[in-house]
Amino acid sequence: MTAEHLPILQVAVPLALAPVCLLIGNRHLVWLLATAGGLFTFVCAAFLMVSVFNQGPLTYYLGGWEAPWGIALAIDLLSAFILLLVGLVATLTLIWGKASIENEIPGEQLSLFYCMFMLAVTGALGIVATGDAFNVFVFLEISSLSSYAMIAMGRDRRALTSSFQYLVMGTIGATFILIAIGLLYMMTGTLNMADLAARLPAVRETTTVLAAFAFLTVGVSLKIALLPLHQWLPNAYTYAPSVVSAFLSATSTKVSLYLLIRFFYTVFGADFVFRDHGLQYILMPLSLIAIFAASGIAIFQKDIKRMLAYSSIAQIGYMTLGIALVSQSGLAATIITMFNHGLIKGALFLAIGGIFLRTGTSQLAKLGGIGRTMPWTMGAVVIGGCGLIGVPLTAGFVAKWYLIVAALEGAAWVVASAIVLTSLLTVVYVWRTVEILYFKTPGDSVRDIDEVPMSMLIPTWLMVAMVIWLGIDTTLTVGLAEQAAAMLFDVTP
Amino acid sequence: MMTGTLILTSMALPAVGGCLVALAGRWPNIREAITLVTATSLFLVILGLPGASGVFTIAEPAPGFSLAFHIEPLGYVFACLASFLWIVTSIYAIGYMRAHNEPNQTRFYAWFAVAIGSVMGIAFAANMLTLFVFYEALTLATWPLVTHSQTDQARRSGQLYLGILIGTSMVLLLLSIALVWQITGSVDFKAGGVFTEPVSDTILTIVYALFIFGVGKAALMPFHGWLPAAMVAPTPVSALLHAVAVVKAGVFTILKGTVYLFGLDNLSDSGAAEMLLPVAALTIILGSVIAMRQDNLKARLAYSTVSQLSYIVVGALVANTLGVIAASLHMVMHAFGKITLFFCAGGIMVASHKTEISTMGGLGRQMPITMAAFTIGAIAIIGLPPMGVIWSKWYLIAGSIEGQYWWLIGVFAISTLLNIAYLLPIPLQGLMSSPAADDHPGWHEAPIPCLIAMGITATGCVALFFFAPAIAQYLSSGLAPTGSGDQP
Repeated sequence: MTAEHLPILQVAVPLALAPVCLLIGNRHLVWLLATAGGLFTFVCAAFLMVSVFNQGPLTYYLGGWEAPWGIALAIDLLSAFILLLVGLVATLTLIWGKASIENEIPGEQLSLFYCMFMLAVTGALGIVATGDAFNVFVFLEISSLSSYAMIAMGRDRRALTSSFQYLVMGTIGATFILIAIGLLYMMTGTLNMADLAARLPAVRETTTVLAAFAFLTVGVSLKIALLPLHQWLPNAYTYAPSVVSAFLSATSTKVSLYLLIRFFYTVFGADFVFRDHGLQYILMPLSLIAIFAASGIAIFQKDIKRMLAYSSIAQIGYMTLGIALVSQSGLAATIITMFNHGLIKGALFLAIGGIFLRTGTSQLAKLGGIGRTMPWTMGAVVIGGCGLIGVPLTAGFVAKWYLIVAALEGAAWVVASAIVLTSLLTVVYVWRTVEILYFKTPGDSVRDIDEVPMSMLIPTWLMVAMVIWLGIDTTLTVGLAEQAAAMLFDVTP
Repeated sequence: MMTGTLILTSMALPAVGGCLVALAGRWPNIREAITLVTATSLFLVILGLPGASGVFTIAEPAPGFSLAFHIEPLGYVFACLASFLWIVTSIYAIGYMRAHNEPNQTRFYAWFAVAIGSVMGIAFAANMLTLFVFYEALTLATWPLVTHSQTDQARRSGQLYLGILIGTSMVLLLLSIALVWQITGSVDFKAGGVFTEPVSDTILTIVYALFIFGVGKAALMPFHGWLPAAMVAPTPVSALLHAVAVVKAGVFTILKGTVYLFGLDNLSDSGAAEMLLPVAALTIILGSVIAMRQDNLKARLAYSTVSQLSYIVVGALVANTLGVIAASLHMVMHAFGKITLFFCAGGIMVASHKTEISTMGGLGRQMPITMAAFTIGAIAIIGLPPMGVIWSKWYLIAGSIEGQYWWLIGVFAISTLLNIAYLLPIPLQGLMSSPAADDHPGWHEAPIPCLIAMGITATGCVALFFFAPAIAQYLSSGLAPTGSGDQP
């Protein structure tokens, strides 16, 4: 009975929990509630995944009202996959985050913070679950606004300016998306994605639809932080509270990228996007520049969180690169990278968050020699770093391998070479960090600190274990990604 | 299934041993006992393995894309070699590390064990992907060993080490593997190679060149710089890893790929391999020439290794059965000779604190046993009877003639002369010239465990002269089905 309501439950429950969090003053209780909410979304996502896997895509009509009037939620393999990632990361970061949140957020704002976190989870899940274009905008705003608030809660005062920067950029993006949705509605008279897909071909030649397409692409690219629209991301990730950096880096850009794939393949159709308007010729160079430039910039960062942020921009380049290859295997590679990179970056930010909790800094120069005082946390950093490089037996290798093979399949030799070449840059910035963290003689700030508590180590290492597990057993990631990509290619008109 | 379990044991055993070593760090005697027990049991496990087996798949990340192991002659010989020399090196390391008062010895022994475990993975890999996994694991596991002293120089060497090894493998080798996968749909090691469909000579040449240069561990010029840099590591590391395990893993990868991935017939028919022969020949000569100019003993030995590794590469590149047998034999022979030389170099460093050759005059009177071992090792590398190397050189020349690369014989001849020129003066001046005035007169030998280790490997150099035909026969038994095609 309840099983069929899973799509809405997993969005509604965190939404309902958000105001409840606000009412609870006890810091243990509010954490427990939020964590339970996160766990609930994860369990829902897992059930949805099984259901979609066995019975195919499902559509849920809110309140039983059919499509043109009611609001639809549509879950297919791709959305179930991303829901799973969001649920998983939300749960793990919340379990991990208790000590870190209480350390970084002032006591009186704790309830507020958990409320915002729940809203951010709601927004991310909602964007992925919905089958309605306008709802996309609504959930996008929910997730963005709560993110702005959470980033602003960072201990460093620069968190305020970075939050404001993100707010300005994010609002421009959201406005563009809204304009696009409005234009589409004007041309087709519907907001339901399936109906949009059915009616758009009739008007695909019009300038209005083209304008909608352009607004949407730029708007979503802003949220993805595709170079050159990435300026908000490094500051946001650097100055946000650790738990927020971890959650956002693992999910928010992935969710926005999901949106791009959804609109490209389901709503507009691959033919319209790539054959008629040749978007790949813009996307490909931008992705390549993103990979090279962001990796190069990452090498020179003094702050480890900022370095990881630039690394994220580079990884986003890999993901859009897969899309720009315009092939089923390229899209599959993108989906694999989305999931695997989410886990890798999540694990890294959790580990760095642990370091921040103990030392109060993420400046590389002040962390020399920390490998001796926090061996387990540093082990996680090294394995996560190996994942970023794409060392075999980590999830990062699987993602890179499929991307290279997809590029070679499309005879894109230059692209394949570029992909392997950039792993060199990744080696440089990862190993430079490892060197500093292990080599330097420990300074005052790191000499007398303890390893982080088990409550943080276990979630961190769970993520690390998954990074390794998904590098060995890829039935989940590769199998699902290939099926999801196949489905997306089938629905193209 | 028994065999499968044993193969896995050969990888798990060193890893577990490494963990135990890390746990027992507080008690040096127990720690080193664990190392010795692990090394010995590993060797016994390897001896217990059959000489050939089917494929055992551990995990299959994607269809046709698996972590799998098998036993075939090349890998078996390599595994025997590495595991046996690990025992000897462990004995040596106990003497060396204690006498040298090295810090962080626990870390040293632990990572050493992990590195050996990776070598076993390379030796038994049944496809290129598995091999690549352990190849990278070996690079990462040896980084803490190279940077052991944690000085600035060690850090820089570590950067060069990782930069070249990871760089070549992640860029060239990975691209080559992906291309093979893309063209043939398989990266499994198969008799005759995976290129069953005809493929254009140009493409095969490109892919093969990417492969050969991608294996940075084989130290083919211009990707050889990491090897001299790695000499900053403690001598047992230079001895086992940078004269045997790591570099031999490199040339082993080349051999295995040449025989089982690309296929000898394909390579000789398309001319893909012979394009690279000049590079290998140049490395042989240049390596020797640079070695002559080194005054630091370990650096000279390192460049000598660079040069000798290319003998093995040449054996692969002539692309016929004789060449492969020669290469595999040379892998073994050179290992024994070079490890002896490194043992001696380390012994000299510990006992008399000398690292530069020009200061070693008259050393033969203070360290006669070490110098005797050094002489045997030097003769072995040069390739005079009764040393095993004579056999591998013999096969190498036979292989070159079969492939009608007459000019290679000239290369070997010049290189042998160069070997004599840079190796023999060391023991000679040790005996002839008188020691410097401030040296202590009388015996001043290396620690006993070091001497034992030198004795074992020096004896090995001679013993291999008698065993070489048997090894060659075992190797050719495994190669016969593949190589029969290119017999004239």
